[in-house]
Amino acid sequence: MTDVIAPGTTETEAPGLHLPPETDGHGPSGTDGHEEHGHEAHGPTGILKWLTSTDHKVIGMSYMITSLVMFYLAGIMAMFIRLQLTTPHASLLTFGQYNQLFTMHGSLMLYLFAGPFAFGGLANFVVPLQVGAPDMAFPRLNALSYWLYLTGSITMLMGFLVAGGAASFGWVGYAPLSSATSSPGAGGDLWIMAIALTGFSAIFTGVNLVATIFYLRAPGLTMFRMPIFTWNMLVTAILILIAFPVLTSAMIMLFCDRHFGTHIYTAVGCHAVSGAAIQGCGSPLLWQNLFWFFGHPEVYILALPFFGIVTEVLPVFSRKPSFGYKGMVFATMAIAALSTGVWAHHMFTTGAVLLPFFSFLSLLIAVPTGIKFFNWIGTMWRGHLRFDTPMLFCIGFLFAFLMGGVTGIMLASPPIDFATHDTYFVVAHFHQVLFGTAVFAGFAGLYYWYPKFYGRMLRENLGKWHFWLMFVGFWVTFMPQYVVGLLGMPRRVASYPSNLGWESYNIVSTVGAFIIAFSFLLLLINLVVSWRNPVPAGNNPWDAHTLEWFTTSPPPHHNYTHLPPIRSERPTWDYNHPDNLTVPHGKDAVHVKERVPVG
Amino acid sequence: MALLFTGCTLPTFGGYKGSTSQGRTEFHLWQGFFITGIVVGGLVFLLIVWTVFRYRKSSDAIPVQSQYHTLTEIIYTAVPIVIVLVLFVFTVLAENNVDAVATNPATEIHVYAFQWGWEFKYPGGVKIIGQTTQAPTVVIPANETVRIDLKSLDVLHGFYVPAFNFSRYASPDYYTTFDLNALHTGTYRGQCTQLCGLYHSLMFFNVKAVTPAQYDQWLHAQQALVRSQPGSVPKLPSGVNSSAPAISTNSHSGGDPSSD
Amino acid sequence: MRVEALFLLFLGVFFGIVGIVYWFWSYEDGGGMMLLGTSLLGFLPGGYYFFWHKRFHGKRVFFWGKSTGAGDRPSDRDDATLSEGAGVIEAFPGSSIWPFVLGMGAFLTVLSMVFGVWLIFLGVPLILTALVGVTAESRRGGHI
Repeated sequence: MTDVIAPGTTETEAPGLHLPPETDGHGPSGTDGHEEHGHEAHGPTGILKWLTSTDHKVIGMSYMITSLVMFYLAGIMAMFIRLQLTTPHASLLTFGQYNQLFTMHGSLMLYLFAGPFAFGGLANFVVPLQVGAPDMAFPRLNALSYWLYLTGSITMLMGFLVAGGAASFGWVGYAPLSSATSSPGAGGDLWIMAIALTGFSAIFTGVNLVATIFYLRAPGLTMFRMPIFTWNMLVTAILILIAFPVLTSAMIMLFCDRHFGTHIYTAVGCHAVSGAAIQGCGSPLLWQNLFWFFGHPEVYILALPFFGIVTEVLPVFSRKPSFGYKGMVFATMAIAALSTGVWAHHMFTTGAVLLPFFSFLSLLIAVPTGIKFFNWIGTMWRGHLRFDTPMLFCIGFLFAFLMGGVTGIMLASPPIDFATHDTYFVVAHFHQVLFGTAVFAGFAGLYYWYPKFYGRMLRENLGKWHFWLMFVGFWVTFMPQYVVGLLGMPRRVASYPSNLGWESYNIVSTVGAFIIAFSFLLLLINLVVSWRNPVPAGNNPWDAHTLEWFTTSPPPHHNYTHLPPIRSERPTWDYNHPDNLTVPHGKDAVHVKERVPVG
Repeated sequence: MALLFTGCTLPTFGGYKGSTSQGRTEFHLWQGFFITGIVVGGLVFLLIVWTVFRYRKSSDAIPVQSQYHTLTEIIYTAVPIVIVLVLFVFTVLAENNVDAVATNPATEIHVYAFQWGWEFKYPGGVKIIGQTTQAPTVVIPANETVRIDLKSLDVLHGFYVPAFNFSRYASPDYYTTFDLNALHTGTYRGQCTQLCGLYHSLMFFNVKAVTPAQYDQWLHAQQALVRSQPGSVPKLPSGVNSSAPAISTNSHSGGDPSSD
Repeated sequence: MRVEALFLLFLGVFFGIVGIVYWFWSYEDGGGMMLLGTSLLGFLPGGYYFFWHKRFHGKRVFFWGKSTGAGDRPSDRDDATLSEGAGVIEAFPGSSIWPFVLGMGAFLTVLSMVFGVWLIFLGVPLILTALVGVTAESRRGGHI
């Protein structure tokens, strides 16, 4: 355990006040005088360095790379799905293989890519930097989170290697289909265990984020001066703490049903008379309630970090502060609060849930989301917009999420949901919102923060090609799916009748998928080219606003050797543009000036 | 509310007009939501496009660092709340209509879903049963209230008829009940819509709406058949719940009522 | 700690209300319990921070007073200077093998549930070793 000394300041605070020089762990130590190996040069090297690192930057990078690998794997599965669906009765895949592929595509994307990339990868790297902290509050717990995530990912993929194949009951694992009688085999068990591991990983990360944000902020960085990305990560972390324990418990109970003879979710041998449940029988409805109590906050856990990225990128590339900062904060809290109360809108068609309650709250989520949308537009309004790659991806996100959000409002209405539930209309809706956030905004974050991670820029021209191809491919892929869903094509089908006119839409959708796939190839090329022929980035290549852009790229050990004065939500901007200081919202201008410390 | 939309000839926006009264109600709600979506979404879309084009960087100068505008923020908080409330009211009216279960249905049919087919059970012991592509047909009278009691015999399934704009889960632990009021005769395709295992994609059925007179005639004929040949009532196919389907030819289609 | 406390207490109150409404409207136990649990999740830390803040400033300041004042942590004060945060921030554990060992132990333990109980004899010792190792490391200090 080493004590970390606070970084120095960039200006002389007051005469006579001497700050301890930046050290690497020497200096006043809280421990009782043991010999300590001070310098990192004497620490572990090579693979052992990676295995033992507790540095949030290393862990964050590991998360990002692993989750991108999962993303590409799941993308390949999606290509197989699209190939199968191009023709009505394709025999590319057997029904069993197809069921495994869409289950694993969804599971990898949702459990192993989108969440871990956001809160394990980007947040791990960026949040301590944004609050001016040397690391996360619990570094070893952070490292444990990563190892649980990695082993969980391996566990889930192992399903493809066992007899019976991987889990094939959908990423939601509805009982009784996921019971031992309907889905025997180790694939389902591995799926459950993987979710247990990654679930704990997420919970530990959530704890770490809350503790870091509550306790490790730099002096002057009050809660209402935090960057919106950090606010979003705080709210996400609390949602994680609300939702993931429910998921883990539900999964453990499912495992008990599968192997220990319990009947928590299954009603085998029970015959309900006129709807009444009989003692000793389980309830598939219970699984749905538990799963979706996790499942709906989960999609906001996936969305909120990416909303935060957009709120970081838009101001920088509009050269203005974020519009309506407090509105953004309260809207995020409102979204999180409401999202925990709407779970049964995934169960409207059971006929067993309180329709008005859930449809009301679901419709209501549109209000804070709309506030965020208008604030994003307000940020760009009267700005000087630069269309670098991160900005392009953010604008692509705005269009994608707009339509995805509107179709979500339609689905929030039970009668409309009765007509469209479990059809490709829903598939198109959630791909629009998830692709819009996790992919468009996620890549915005990648292109935006890549210089900070590595000290070099990604190629702009390749980035723009990547964006435009992905944007075009995205609409070509998912718009036909809305139409074919309204025509009545259900989801999770390995084949469909040839006389219903669905084929042409599916062909178009597959073409779009290939365009998207090609754009991802461009990303890979960009990553390789930028690595091998680096173009150095300075501390702040984008003239960005928040604290992390003050330090070097990449940041040094323990992140900061010096900190600027923090008097607003844009400390780096204030430091670089003293003629255009950010006026702290609601406060008068007196606070903008530095104060000499008393005593 | 329905009068508002039946007056003008709005486009269908891709949805089915609804061949039951419940489906028709949903269709009008769909049109209302779609129009709202176009208006609100279109407005925001235009705002984004305008902003992106109008405020392209023109100089290196730093723009006015505006951070808030309270009146605008209040407006774009209050207006969506109002829109959401209006949508909610129409939703509740429609869903009460669609979910309403009449006290005296003209006929009551029990529908059982199983891996991977459907069984339709009528009063008097009449059963229609078929698997996957055999696509059993459930016969219902048009212009009358048909009560459906739906249940699954194994895993969750979905009873989905696109033309009715309606679907409902079949669950093994309870009966779920809904009404269908077909507006005119015809045959409508249906399919399982909740993943139920290997042959989920092939779990087809049809709904055939005939005139009440034809329905009565058909049902009485089938009931007589059941009474005279009790052994002919088909049993469930063997191998329910197994992962390999039992492709038995055990199906009693009941004949085509309109050709009797 | 005022903002943090208010945020968490807001969650506690919000889910308390929603939970009560839901439970009595639907009589559905699963959702009711989960909403109640979420409400407690807000009240527990929120209440702790509330009492912490009250000890320093009094209840009146929590609800109606200025948002910051003398006595707050430097990270809660608008006018805090960096010199106020000078000195040791905290002790941060440096590189440590134990998270990896614990992770591998957890991995083998869950695999034992799937592939055979014998794996547990590999997994649990790893977990126990890691727990002991982490504790010992915290006491004696490790590498950076």
